[in-house]
Amino acid sequence: MNFTALAARLNPFGQRRNSAAPLEPVNTALRSDRFRLEREADWLRLEAIIKRMEQGKLGRISDEDLLALPALYRTAASSLAAMRETSLDAATLAYLEQLVLRAWFQVYGPRLGFFRWLREFLLGGWSRAVRALSLDILITLGVMVAGVVAGWLLVASDPDWYYRLVPAGSGQGRVPGASAEDLLATLAPADEIGGLSTFAAYLFSNNAGVCILAFALGFAFGIPSLMLMVHNMALLGALLWLFDGQGVVVELAAWLSVHGTTELFGILLSGAAGLHIGRSMAFPGDQSVLASAAAAGRRSALVMVGVVFMMIIAALLEAFPRQLVAGTPERFAIGGVMLAFWLAYFFLYAPRKPSADEPAA
Amino acid sequence: MTAAAVPFTNKRRREITTPEGLTLPLTIASRSARAGALILDVMIILFALIAFHIALIAVAGGLIDNMGSAFSAAPSGAAEFLQILLIIVVFLSWYGYFLVQELGPRGATLGKRILGIRIAARGQGQAAARLTPEAVIARNLLRDIEVFYPLVFILVTAMSAYAGENSGAMIWVAAGWFGLFLLLPLFNRDALRAGDIIAGTWVVEAPRLQLARALSARPASAAEKTAVAPAARPAFTPDELGVYGERELQVLERLLREDEPAALATVHTTIATKIGRQAVPGDARAFLEAFYAALRAKLEQDMRFGKRKADKHS
Repeated sequence: MNFTALAARLNPFGQRRNSAAPLEPVNTALRSDRFRLEREADWLRLEAIIKRMEQGKLGRISDEDLLALPALYRTAASSLAAMRETSLDAATLAYLEQLVLRAWFQVYGPRLGFFRWLREFLLGGWSRAVRALSLDILITLGVMVAGVVAGWLLVASDPDWYYRLVPAGSGQGRVPGASAEDLLATLAPADEIGGLSTFAAYLFSNNAGVCILAFALGFAFGIPSLMLMVHNMALLGALLWLFDGQGVVVELAAWLSVHGTTELFGILLSGAAGLHIGRSMAFPGDQSVLASAAAAGRRSALVMVGVVFMMIIAALLEAFPRQLVAGTPERFAIGGVMLAFWLAYFFLYAPRKPSADEPAA
Repeated sequence: MTAAAVPFTNKRRREITTPEGLTLPLTIASRSARAGALILDVMIILFALIAFHIALIAVAGGLIDNMGSAFSAAPSGAAEFLQILLIIVVFLSWYGYFLVQELGPRGATLGKRILGIRIAARGQGQAAARLTPEAVIARNLLRDIEVFYPLVFILVTAMSAYAGENSGAMIWVAAGWFGLFLLLPLFNRDALRAGDIIAGTWVVEAPRLQLARALSARPASAAEKTAVAPAARPAFTPDELGVYGERELQVLERLLREDEPAALATVHTTIATKIGRQAVPGDARAFLEAFYAALRAKLEQDMRFGKRKADKHS
C-alpha cells in the first residue's frame, strides 16, 4: 500500500475526493462500462445517503432521499448481481460489494437508538428478561441460601473460620468475642452526612464490578459464578452467626435489609445470568453450542444492565438511609418496600411486547 | 484509496445472503487489527481521563488538596462533589465509550474505525442477522474478564515470582486459566473472543472504497486532448487476446490504476513479447489501455455466452 492510500485509511473523517469522474459524455467501447455509467449516479447517491446515516445525521437526509432509499438499495443490489455475470471490472465490483454491504448494515442494523432502547428496556424488556431466567434464579437462590447455612455452620464449628471468611480490615470491630454493645455500635447511624455520597459512588463502582464478574464467570459452565455466590453468602452466614451469639441478629438483619434486599437481589440476578449462559453451553439442546450461548448471552446481558441500575440504587440506599435511619422497624420497612417493589416489577409487571420486529428480549 | 482488487485471504472470507437473495462477501477482521483497535481505544480513554483530571485540577486545584483524606475525615461539600464526579466519569467512560459507539450506526469504536473494522451479528448465508443492542452489551460486559483481569493477573504473578516470592502452583494455574481467555481468539476460525461467543457477534472488515474511474471509458474531453485517438489504437487479433484470462486482466487493471511508469513499462514489454509485437518505448500506457479494453471486451463477450477463462493456464 502506498503512502496516500495509508493516509486515507488512517483518516476516518477524510472526505476522499478523487472518486469517479463527474458525469461527462464519454466514449466507451465496452457494454459493461455502458451499463455501469448508466447506473453510477444512483450508486453515488446511495453512497451519499449511507454516509450520512453512518455519521448519525439522519436529520440531514432530505425526504426525497429517504423515500428513494429502498429503490436505490435495490438498484445497487441488482446492479451487483448483473455485473457479476457480465463485467470483469474488478474495481467496480469491489466498490459495489462494499456499497451494498454498507447499505445492508444500515438497512438491517440496530434500528433502536440508545434512548429508545432504554425506554423499551425499562417498560417491560427488563422484567421479561428476568422472567426468562426464572429457573436459573431459583437454582442460584438455593445456592445462596446453602452458602449462608454453610458459612454459619463452619463458623459455629470452629470460630477460626470467621477470620478466613471475612477479609481483615473490613470488619470494623465485628469480630468473635465482641460484646453486644460493640456489635450494635457498628450498626449505628453515622453522626454526620459528610463523606457518604463519595462512599455511595465508591460502593456502586465496587459492587457493579463484582456483579459483572459473577456474570462473566458464567462462561465456564456457570460453576465459578456459583462458587462466587457461595463464598459471598458464607461471609453473610458468618456475620449472622456472630451477631446471633450476642442476641442481636434482628438488628443486624434490619441494618442489612435497607440496601441488602436490593443488593442481594442484584447479586442473585447476576449469578443467575452467569449460570444461564453456563447452563445453555453445557446443555445446548438441539441448537449448536455457539448459537445456544449467543441466545442465552443476549438474554442475560439485558438482565445485567438492569443489575447495574440496581447497584446504583443499592449504593444510594447503603450510603444514605442505612447510615441515617436508626430504628430497626424503619430499617425493615425500607428494605421490605424495596423487596416488594422488585418482586412486583419483575414478576407482576408484564406488559405485552411492543411489536414483532423489536429485538427479542 | 485506489479501489484495486483487494486480495482476499480466503481463510477469512465468509458470505452472507441478504433478504434479496444476493450473496455478499464478508472478511473476518485480522487478530492484529483487533488488538490494535483495542490498544487505540484504551489509549484514547486513558488520555481523555488524564486530560479530564488535569482540567479538573486546573479549575479546582485548591479543593483537591484534601482529597487524600477523603474517606477518613469529612471533606468539604465541593471536594466531595468532585470525587463523585470523578468516580462516575471513570465508570461511565470505561463502559459507555464502547457501548455507545458500537450501538451507533457504524458499529465500531474510534479505534475500530481507524483500523477499518466493525462488529456484526454472526451468521453466514441466510442466517445473517440484525445486530441488536443486547448483543453489543453482552460482548462489552465480558471484555474486562477476558482481557484486563488476565493481563493484570499475569503481570502481578510474574512480578511476584520475579521478586522471589513463593506464590505457589495455584497462582500459575489461575494465570493459565486467565491466559486461556486472552488467547481464545487464536484458537478458532472466526477469531471470536469470549464476548463474541456469548453475544453472537463477530468482527469483520468494513471496507470503504471509492468508485474508481471506468478504465475503458475516457471522458470525451480527455480523449480529444490525448494524442492517441481511438482510431490510432492498435487492434488485437483474437489469437493475441486468447493468451490471457481473467486473472491477468485483473492484474493489468490494478497496474493501470496504480499507474507506476516503471511497472507499466515492464508489463508492456512482457505482453508485447508474449504476443509477438514490437514494444515501442514510451508508448506503454496507451498500449496497455488498449490491450486491457480489447481483452476485457473479448472475455466479457465470452462470459455472456457462458464461457469463462480463469487465467492463462485454463
